[in-house]
Order: sequence, then C-alpha cells, then structure tokens
Amino acid sequence: MSSGTNSSKHGDTIDVTLKVWRQAGLVDTGRFEVYQQTISTDASFLEMLDQLNEQLNDDGAEPVAFESDCREGICGTCGVMINGRAHGPQKATATCQLHMREFRDGDEIVIEPFRAAGFPVVRDLAVDRSPLDRVIEAGGYISVNTGAASDANLTPVPKVAADMAFDAAACIGCGACVAACPNSAAQLFTSAKIGHLGLLPQGQAERWSRTEAMVETMEEFFGSCTNHGECSEACPKEISLDFIAFMNRDYMKAKVKNRALAGQR
Amino acid sequence: MTDTNHPNSGQTSPKLDSKIPVGDVAGLWENHKFSMKLVNPNNKRKFDVIVVGTGLAGASAAASLGELGYRVKAFTFHDSPRRAHSIAAQGGINAAKNYPNDGDSVHRLFYDTVKGGDYRSREANVHRLAEVSVNIIDQATAQGVPFARDYGGLLDNRSFGGAQVSRTFYARGQTGQQLLLGAYSALMRQVAAGTVELHSRSELLEVVKKDGRACGIVTRDLISGEVIPHSAHAVVLATGGYGNVYFLSTNAMMCNVTAAWRAHKKGALFANPCYTQIHPTCIPVSDDFQSKLTLMSESLRNDGRIWVPDAHDDTRAAADIPEAERDYYLERKYPAFGNLVPRDVASRNSKTVCDEGRGVGPLKNGVFLDFAAAIARDGVDAISAKYGNLFDMYHRITGENPYKQPMRIYPAIHYTMGGLWVDYHLMTSVPGLYAIGEANFSDHGANRLGASALMQGLADGYFVLPYTIGDDLAGLLGQSAVPTSDPVFTEAVAGVTDEQNRWLSINGTKSVDHYHRELGRIVWEYIGMARTEAGLTRALSEIPALRDEFQSNVRVLGSADTLNQSLEKAGRVADFFELAELMARDALEREESCGGHFREEHQTAEGEAQRDDENFAHVAAWEWNGEGAAQTRHREELTFENVALAQRSYK
Repeated sequence: MSSGTNSSKHGDTIDVTLKVWRQAGLVDTGRFEVYQQTISTDASFLEMLDQLNEQLNDDGAEPVAFESDCREGICGTCGVMINGRAHGPQKATATCQLHMREFRDGDEIVIEPFRAAGFPVVRDLAVDRSPLDRVIEAGGYISVNTGAASDANLTPVPKVAADMAFDAAACIGCGACVAACPNSAAQLFTSAKIGHLGLLPQGQAERWSRTEAMVETMEEFFGSCTNHGECSEACPKEISLDFIAFMNRDYMKAKVKNRALAGQR
Repeated sequence: MTDTNHPNSGQTSPKLDSKIPVGDVAGLWENHKFSMKLVNPNNKRKFDVIVVGTGLAGASAAASLGELGYRVKAFTFHDSPRRAHSIAAQGGINAAKNYPNDGDSVHRLFYDTVKGGDYRSREANVHRLAEVSVNIIDQATAQGVPFARDYGGLLDNRSFGGAQVSRTFYARGQTGQQLLLGAYSALMRQVAAGTVELHSRSELLEVVKKDGRACGIVTRDLISGEVIPHSAHAVVLATGGYGNVYFLSTNAMMCNVTAAWRAHKKGALFANPCYTQIHPTCIPVSDDFQSKLTLMSESLRNDGRIWVPDAHDDTRAAADIPEAERDYYLERKYPAFGNLVPRDVASRNSKTVCDEGRGVGPLKNGVFLDFAAAIARDGVDAISAKYGNLFDMYHRITGENPYKQPMRIYPAIHYTMGGLWVDYHLMTSVPGLYAIGEANFSDHGANRLGASALMQGLADGYFVLPYTIGDDLAGLLGQSAVPTSDPVFTEAVAGVTDEQNRWLSINGTKSVDHYHRELGRIVWEYIGMARTEAGLTRALSEIPALRDEFQSNVRVLGSADTLNQSLEKAGRVADFFELAELMARDALEREESCGGHFREEHQTAEGEAQRDDENFAHVAAWEWNGEGAAQTRHREELTFENVALAQRSYK
C-alpha cells in the first residue's frame, strides 16, 4: 500500500505495474491484465489510465473502459477500487482527484471495478449503479410541483439545521460507500438523502412515508448494515455515520402504526 | 417577409422571426402568457414530448412537463440524470429578490445582464429571465435545496462580478450540485409517478423530421449499442454548451455539441458560435497528458494579488523575487478596479504577459495569484475560513501549498454563449424543436455574468418552456405522433448505423483523443482569447486539413454492440471539427470586439474591446447547406429601447 509522498517535483516520473480488471460484459467471467506504465507524478490517476488507453489503442488492443466526467470530484461518475480501497488511498478524495504523486516508483497498483451485487459490471471498470436512482425514485424528493412554492423566506430554517442538511446533501452518489462495505449495503447513501430532507421543515410532510419507502427499496438491491463504518471512511465527501443513526431512528418511528398516515413527528 | 415587430429591423432575415411580442418590455411576458394557446389538462396526456439532457434545463423541463400531464421521455447519456455538468457550477445563482434591501429589482437585473452581455442579447428574453428569477429561488427552496442561511434562518446573499448589489444565492461552493439535485429529485418523482419515462445511457445521434417538423430522435444505447428511434410531438434539446471544442476546458469530459450540431444539420440555425467565455482563474496546464482544466472560484481575486516577474524567463521561486522586481500588472494598468477587472479583461492580460515570456511555473504558462499580503493582513485562519476548500483542491491537484507559495493560474474556456438560435418561445428554426439552457444562444449576449448560467437553465426549464410549448402543441390536437415505422425513422436509424460502422472500418493509426487534442490546439490558438484575421484565416485552412486526416486515419477499435467509449467519442469529435470551422468563420465575419469575442484589430487605444454597434448589433445565425458547402449567415437585428448602448471602462 502506498501513501502520499508529496515530495515529487514537476517532471518526475515513476514506473508502476498495473493489474487491471478486464471483463467484456456482464456474462464474461473477467480476469486481470498486467500493464507497465511510466507516468509523471503530476498526472491524475485517470490521466494515467488515459495514457494507458492511448498506448493500448496504438498497439491495436481495446482500451480499458472506465467512467469519469467532471474530473473535479463532484459528479460522482468515476470510482474504481485501487488496491482494494474505493477511490484509493487518499482520504476524502474521489478517484478523479487522486494524483500519481500519491504513489511511489515501483508500486504495483491493483485496479478493479466497484464490487457489489447491486452494481453489476458493465465492462472492465464500469458498473451499473442505477439501483441508486431507484432508491431516490422511491421517495428522495419533496413533492412540490413547479409554481406551487411559497416565498423562499416564508419558512426560516435554523442555520444549524440548514448546515447539517447540507452536510448530508453533499453526497455525490458515486457508490463508494456500497463498494467499501463488506455487505454491499447502501445505508450511507440512503441516509444522506433521508437526513438532508428530514432535517428541513420543507421535508416534514413526507418524512415518515419517505423513510419507509426509501429504506425498503434500498433493501431490495443492497445488503444489510452491520456497523463497520467502512462507508464513511471511503466517502469522498466524508458523509457522517450519524445520518445512518438518524435514518434508523426515523425508520423505527415510521413503522409505528399510523405514523405515515398522520404525518406526525 | 421582414420582422414587422421591430421598427428598426429592416435587415432581419425572414428565417429569423423572433416572435417577440409588441409592447413595453416590462409587461411583455405577463401579457404574452395570456395570449398563448392552452392545452387543457385532459388533452396534455395525448402529447408526447422528448427532452434530451438532464442537467438544470433538461431535468427541470422534463419534471415540469410531467407534472403538467404531458407524456415525457427524458434522455441522458450518463448512467444517471444527476451526473450532468450543471453539477460542477460553484458560485451561485442570481435572483432579483432584493432580500438584502440594497436596491435590487427585476429592472436592475435585466439592465446588468444586457450590459454584461455587451449589448448583444435580446431585451425581451433577458427581461423575462429577470422576472422569473425570483420564482426559481422559491421553487428550489421548497424542494429542499440547502441554500446558505443567516443566523435568523433566512436566506443569505453575496455579491458577484458585474453587479453592485448582493443578489447571488449560494450553497457553499456547490450551488450547481444542490440545484441539480433539486431538479433531479423533481424528475425522479415524475419517473415514479409514471409521467416521465427515463432513458439513461442513451445518446442522441439524429434528429428526425417529417414534413419540415421535428417528430423524434434516434439514440444509441451506450451499453448494448442498439440504435433506437423515438417519436414525439415535440423535441426539446437541453444538451449544454460546446466548450470541449477546445479539448481543454473546464467542461466535463463528455460534454459535446453533437445533439445541437445534428439538429443544426437538420435545419436549426446556429447562432453566434464565436461567443465563448474564458474564465481567468483556472489551474494552468501541467503537461501534455492533461485531460481537462479545473476552475478555481473567481472569489479568490478578492484577496489574491496577481503578478509576474519583471524579467523575462525568471526562474527564481516567487519568494526569492524582490518586491521591486514584480509587476502587479492589473493594479498598474487598472488602478480603479485592480485585480477585480471583469473576466475578459483579466484573461487577456494574463495571455499578454505569458506571450511576452513572463509566465511562471515549469511551463511558463501561468501568472501568480498571491495571498501573502492577505495572510499577513488577516492571518492564516481568516484566509482559510474563506478559501480553505479551494486551497485544499489546488494543493491536491498541483502538489503545491498555496499558503506557502502563490497559486499559479491561467484562463480557460468554461462557457459558450452561442448555441442554437431560438425564438421567444425557445423554439429553434425547425418547428417542434426547442433548445433550452446553455444549448441555446438567447440570454447572455456576447458575455455571461457570473451566477447567471444556473438562473437561465432553470428559468427555461421550470418557467418558460412549460408555457410556450403548449401554444405550439395546442395546434396539433387530434394528431398522433409519427410512428417509428415511418420511413423517416427507418432511414435515420440506417444512417446512424452506417456511421457507427464507418468509424470502426477506418482502422487508421491514431486515436480519437489524439485528433481531439490537435483540434483543440488550433481552436485555442486562433479562436481563443484573442482573434485576428490572419489567425482565423489560418484556422480555416488547418481545421479542414486535420479533419480530412481524422476521417481517414482515426483508429476506433472494438465493436458497435458493446460499451465502446472510443466509438462514442469519434462521432462527437467529428461534430466538433465542423463546429470549429463555423466558429472561425463567425469570428472572422464579426469585425468588432464584444464580450468574449476579442478581435485584435478592433480595440481602443487602451487595448479594450471596441464594439461596432452600427454594423454588428445583430445576432449572426448560420444555416447548414449540406456537406462541403459554405453556410449562409443570417442576421437578426437587435434593438435597445430600455438600456442605452455604452462603452465599458474599468480604469
């Protein structure tokens, strides 16, 4: 396992051995392929993969499929397992923000897709995370049609509540929490949305029905939480485990008779 | 026919009827809403509407149309609607709420936006934008968007470039993310309700027309490779801007012009392609492998001082260069505004000093943004509280600690004001085909103000298109959508399939990325921050030459029936090549400087942009005439009845 050196300077290169998961599609069993790369320490991890793909293409071999978009750590599109860790060794850092100066010359780097029953492999390092959309679809919203809103300042929101809601809302939906969890559970993702909306006055009307629906949809796709805390450790936005506690408490309350119907606290 | 709505618009092309209602600009939209036709609630379910793209504009439009009862099909080429690049917007969203009681109003936001756009936008569209801005904040707050609040629990505002009032609402440095997640949640609610059918990982590759009207699209399923026709009564493109024509930009890796461009080739006029915006504070390119550029918030210029060494090729570390040998060039040239000059002025000056050989960093391609004075004045803690996240991000990307040494910054492309020409209803020149958000050209003129992109995307999607689309659809009552068995669809599917197979059969020697990068170099060099007749002429010979090589020598491996990212990119880069050529022509023909378009031949004695209102106060919209044929330039005259034309000055 490498840890950051941060002592590299511009123009430095390192030699690394990549063990990359290749899988043609859902039905293929998949295997590791080994590649050697000499790479600048200024390159990002994904630019290192870009360079690998350029070489593969030149050699007539199909490039490695991997996903990324904003490369600023906010869209949640990227994400691979790097030496067994979701998004790699640097804390609070999505794969696209990881740079090669975090590795040392001679390192072997094992690159795999996010592994979870809920995230089938699409090709190589790309997985299908659409079950996360199903969880949101189950209730991760406040029901307000366009045009139906009252003036934004009609309902004050205590600053602490607004700030805490933001902490939860910062989730980028990358799925690292699921990939890091030994049970492939999606509690951190789900609780982040439940916490975000449940902390705001606007979210109260649907609080109990939302929690019930989202938790139960989550359980259709993902494993159970056994409090390892790996999810929060891997989270590029450092979403707190406290939100899982918040969700569990609300789920218990929601299940009490008639709560969902009456909209009571 | 000329556009009779405008008294002084004798030269407006008959193809460009903006359909702007007659009357006082302040009441236009309100009155027009009453005059438009309606579709009654029971009839809305008889209409199919396709919305392509699920960023701020697309997600808000699809959700709002679904709520109204239309049958909506929403398409995104991402794995989830939440990935769209709206998510990366940092700063905030403008709205004329006047909560701070500092004198803001709809009229002032309207005025600032027209002026900020360097008088190249439509007054009527901008006024409508300013009017609905207040509704956006209400809507987003009701959805649970966690905007910043003060200790009383009410919404907080900050000021932003180009305005003298505080009207920008924000959610830390992630306003775009929070607004997009709000629109995404509204969209997913409609997916659950069954009014919106969501197609993810589906890329538009053709717009389909029958009898002159848009009747659907053809998509490729990016996982299975299947080419699929979809029909509807109307098609809405919300597919973003074209900044990635430069290869290096602050846009996301997959942002592209393909949907807009293929609509253009089907008859939709493309307006003002040369209007591109440069953001002055981005992290400079560090090497040839660079894949994209990262923006650092403009707010850093409030406390950072910009400088380069006096001497050319000075290789000393910043700390070793004595004060007397530093050139704080913005403070020197613009004593009144100093480091806070507008984006375009700051950007061009960075280019000038780097071109002189005074750039800093290993590649001499940046300028210093120095916080030493601010840290000495306010202390590390105060600076960290303001900019901590940005400093950390800079450190992560460059490996340099901005608390200890100055940041290095350089301008980069991050927004495109040009786009598909649309009328007041946001309909393109193809009936039934709409363009919203950054994909259209309508509201920002030649330069967009900070915190106005989010405002426009959501205005179009929540509060404009849902009204205007009904006026058109009402006339189609009783007509069913063109079936996908119609020859117009089977031919379009065959065309797309052939295109995929053509890329795979070339089997040349260089990758798609190689050609994209080379194209980007040309576009940045000649159609970038400063343009000249000689450079643009050169671009017009280099781009087609490189395109010919691309078309004959690109290597796309693999097959069309799996996830194939090289194949996806090939089509997008092909469209960028054609767009780049049009940008050069548009820039060449616009013999003036305005906003983001700076022609070196047209500047004041002080080196500032010089507009030519007499000859160029118009929109240039280009018509596709087929492969290899020159495009026709049409003009829509702009009239300014409420905002007086004036020269900008920042001395």
